[in-house]
Amino acid sequence: MTQKNSFEKALNRLEEIVSQLESGDLSLDESLKIFQEGIELSRFCTKKLSEAESKVKKLVKTGSGKFKLEDLEIEDKEE
Amino acid sequence: MEQIKIYTVSEITREVKALLELNLPTLWIEGEISNFIHHSSGHRYFTLKDENAQIKSVLWRDIGDFLRFEIEDGMKVVVYGNISVYEKQGQYQFYVEDILPAGLGKLELAFRQLKEKLFKEGLFEEEHKKPIPEFPQTIGIVTSPTGAAIQDMIHILHRRMPSVEIILNPVKVQGDGAAREIAQAIKDFNQLQNVDVIIVGRGGGSLEDLWAFNEEIVARAIYASEIPVVSAVGHEIDFTIADLVADLRAPTPSAAAELVVRDRREVVTQIKNLTQSLIEYQLSQIQEAKIRVKTAVESYGMKKPWDILTQKGQRIDELVKNMGWLVNQSVKNSKQNLANLMGKLNALSPLSILERGYSVCYKLPELKLVKDVDKLKLEDSVEVRLHKGKFKGKVERIEKNW
Repeated sequence: MTQKNSFEKALNRLEEIVSQLESGDLSLDESLKIFQEGIELSRFCTKKLSEAESKVKKLVKTGSGKFKLEDLEIEDKEE
Repeated sequence: MEQIKIYTVSEITREVKALLELNLPTLWIEGEISNFIHHSSGHRYFTLKDENAQIKSVLWRDIGDFLRFEIEDGMKVVVYGNISVYEKQGQYQFYVEDILPAGLGKLELAFRQLKEKLFKEGLFEEEHKKPIPEFPQTIGIVTSPTGAAIQDMIHILHRRMPSVEIILNPVKVQGDGAAREIAQAIKDFNQLQNVDVIIVGRGGGSLEDLWAFNEEIVARAIYASEIPVVSAVGHEIDFTIADLVADLRAPTPSAAAELVVRDRREVVTQIKNLTQSLIEYQLSQIQEAKIRVKTAVESYGMKKPWDILTQKGQRIDELVKNMGWLVNQSVKNSKQNLANLMGKLNALSPLSILERGYSVCYKLPELKLVKDVDKLKLEDSVEVRLHKGKFKGKVERIEKNW
């Protein structure tokens, strides 16, 4: 699950960095450091967003409490 | 004679009233409406009856005005309230606090009772609700694999955030066993921990169709879920029990899909804006730093050391010059002194005295200068030195005075 929240963390950190820069309390050294971090985060976030098209799976029980994932095909009927 | 208690009519009526109220607290009654009167005062009066009995009933205006259906004669209803006595007419009556049409009434009743029970247990407490992750990577869906709901959700999730993964745990959403399947599906996701958020729902339907979402087993599964649960039962007006327990309620499956993921374009814009701000602030900071450096370089303070240096240099030049003069002077002085001293030395030299005709006498053999005749005896050997040469001799006579 940790890896799954990385995008959210990255975006939060990016926002934090911008507000830190806005506050102007940082030394030039510090600000250069976090600026670089910010640019890396921005790249990371953009890359994450443009990752492959989503997958749709179906959870199937195989008996004895085991599960497997199958590709989902939506049937168009009923209800 | 023994005292017999004689009641007044009012007294015994009050006794009866107290007995009824104490022994029959609020309760539900099912019956049919007759003699319905909507009085000009706003209160409603009717008789509740079945095949064998009837009860006069009163529905006060402040309750009656908010009913969602019209009461009419012949209607089968379930009423909630308490029995008391209308003293003026010596008549017991049912005071209605709530009234429901009978068929629907059973379900509504079950709904209300469960709602009351779960409310008391704290299942709807705000503080128990978990935050929905802002950027779920994988979304679990508990719904029918065949309805429009799943298609709508997949479509919207895809459109808004193409990178999101969807896992459907297919269930029956109505009919026998639906509630158990829904509850189990929520548990499955919690066991597998393979999704960031769960959407539980179905498209719209009648109260009976949606019933599974009002069952306790579903409510408890949602409450127990460690993964945040979004309810998505297509039922915009009323809340289901699932809605009340869920961490977030969406009015329809489509709405749930929209609530759960942010639109990618929106996020891309946000990142662009953040990056832009980042660059702008950094540029302005560098610019500011440049100006500070420039100002510092051009400041008096920065020039001062050079100034101090040239001034010191000048002073050194002066000192060197002075020193040369002083050295010269001192050499001159020394030469002069030396000449003077040599002159003095020369004047004092014994040789120069001898030159003027004096001589020096030494006693032998120790060659000791003699300045007094007392140091001499007759026959002592002496050496006498003159300006030029010396000679030896013997003392022949001693006289104290010249």
